[in-house]
Amino acid sequence: MSQSTNSTAGEPVIRLKDVHKTYFTGELDVKAVQGVTIDIHKGEFVALMGASGSGKSTMMNILGCLDRVTKGDYLLDGIDVSELDRDELADIRNEKIGFVFQGFNLLARTSALENVELPMLYSRHKTYDDREEKATKALELVGLGNRLDHTPNRLSGGQQQRVAIARALVNDPALILADEPTGNLDSKTSIEIMGVFQKLNEQGITIVMVTHELDIAQYTKRNIVMRDGRVVTDKLVTNRLMAEEELQKLKVASEAIQMIPS
Amino acid sequence: MRFFAAFRIAFRALLRNKMRAVLTMLGVIFGVGADITTVSLGDGARVMVQQQIATMGENVMLIFAGDFRRGGVSFGSGSSSALTMEDVEAIRREVQGVRNVSPEVSTSRQIIAGGMNTSTSITGASPEYFAIRSWTLKDGAFFTDQDVTTAAKVAVIGATASKNLFEGGDAVGQVVRVSMGGSSGGGSIPFTIIGELNAKGASAGSFRDYDDCLIIPYTTAMKRLLNTTSLRGINLQTETMEVMPMVGTQLTNLLRQTHRISGGRPDDFTIRSQDELATAMSSTQETMQYLLGGVAIVSLLVGGIGIMNIMLVSVTERTREIGIRMALGARPRDVLLQFLIEAVTLSCTGGVLGIGLGMLASKILTQVKNWPTLTSPEAIMYSFAFSVIVGIFFGFYPARKAAQLDPIDALRYE
Repeated sequence: MSQSTNSTAGEPVIRLKDVHKTYFTGELDVKAVQGVTIDIHKGEFVALMGASGSGKSTMMNILGCLDRVTKGDYLLDGIDVSELDRDELADIRNEKIGFVFQGFNLLARTSALENVELPMLYSRHKTYDDREEKATKALELVGLGNRLDHTPNRLSGGQQQRVAIARALVNDPALILADEPTGNLDSKTSIEIMGVFQKLNEQGITIVMVTHELDIAQYTKRNIVMRDGRVVTDKLVTNRLMAEEELQKLKVASEAIQMIPS
Repeated sequence: MRFFAAFRIAFRALLRNKMRAVLTMLGVIFGVGADITTVSLGDGARVMVQQQIATMGENVMLIFAGDFRRGGVSFGSGSSSALTMEDVEAIRREVQGVRNVSPEVSTSRQIIAGGMNTSTSITGASPEYFAIRSWTLKDGAFFTDQDVTTAAKVAVIGATASKNLFEGGDAVGQVVRVSMGGSSGGGSIPFTIIGELNAKGASAGSFRDYDDCLIIPYTTAMKRLLNTTSLRGINLQTETMEVMPMVGTQLTNLLRQTHRISGGRPDDFTIRSQDELATAMSSTQETMQYLLGGVAIVSLLVGGIGIMNIMLVSVTERTREIGIRMALGARPRDVLLQFLIEAVTLSCTGGVLGIGLGMLASKILTQVKNWPTLTSPEAIMYSFAFSVIVGIFFGFYPARKAAQLDPIDALRYE
């Protein structure tokens, strides 16, 4: 996966400088984000954490170029996105960001392959003559090479999330943005999905993940904790969990349970 | 390329819900179908009238007994007895610019020859009638002034009547018996066929078959068959088309004078030129066609509203899908285009199916009801264009609604 040209060695993929977001809802102005400054560099794997109401969803929307900042600067891959209009934001989302959602958000009654092809259909600056080939490769990368023509209702939750991840990375984005990607999955499947992310991250892909689950955050490299719209903790993960090892442990444990005579 | 992609996206979305797509299309299908059918019927009738008027003859004027201008356009039987042979003689003597004049009486009778019999229309006329109505001979001869004077029992037979009686055999020289009709207490009169007419043949699906006729001297018809002194009408041929109005004025003046109609009272006769007949007949049809066309347009509009309704439902239902597409980089324009194309695809497909349905209905009407129809390429083109416009018009509002959604809200929509 080749990275976009704009990120030179020292320049971060994400640079937030004193970012504010205020919702003007008539009587009461809701200050969802109040002065956040973060740099995230290429190859990082970050968990953005916080309780509900901490501002992490707003941060997610801002990072995903779905929403604009009220005050401050947001540079994505070297581009100042705070000044862009709706169309330009759409193009940025298409080219720079791959989304993974909690609810998978695949198009129903549409094959895995077609779902993964979707971002390429909206690409404005690049034309893809090899859409199908690229989509197939992305699906192979997440271990679904044999499920290309399956529609979402014939896939398990974990498989659907893998399709979503394939869709997120098919455009070679600068950043994969995952919003509670394991929120709808059981613990074993969650670990598997974290394994997919870890594998992609090892290949140099930058990942930012919003989660409120502490143990899931342990699979990332860096945890940023928010409260009341501010960053309260920003630390590298010590004792990082590796998905492969954890799955192995689970396997041993379940075998052990089976060996207990009933 | 992007437009093509938008088409693909829209088409896939429609295929995902085939049943709904088909039901939505129904309105347009029936609207366009009705449109094509009515236009085909109208065009068919118009062409047929033109052909009929043309086969009538050249520069023909007709005088009927009674004033028909009051009741709009009805020219049936000469019910009043206002026209007589004296009028014909007066016209011959006094009106300028007339080439031929012939009285006309007519009836419908059973005619018999050998073992065959058929019911046909019998016209009594003078020899000039053949020239006025552009009849030509296939065999034999027309009757003459001599036959008129002697009220000879001779007849010229039309192609259809001849076929019905003689099944393709020689008609000339044969004898046909014309039944006297119920009022005369039965019985029949023998007529010798002296001529057979060439078919006019332009009566496919027409109101009447002009070739199904027997033409005899008017004297014979009036004295021997009908026992009357009044005429159904007078046929005239003017020298040129240009003199027709002038001839018309002369005729009116003359007939009012001979019928002793004073200043303010209405005519007791009606004069129609060929042109007027054509106009009168097609104007009736035009009115009918406008009416039916109006109905078709209303049903097409209802079809359009159906599309709008379903597209609005579809936008609400697919809010999340719209959110996903926007998150993945669809611009508002892309979403607008997608939904617009979906609407237009619905209306166009409906339009094409409707055109097929309309053509089929026209064919069936022609075959079963013997109504003339003509489906012109223009009618097809207009119908198709109209269904495209319906799609764009009624699809725009839902599409714009979809395009204006906020991606964050749309993604969160349950």
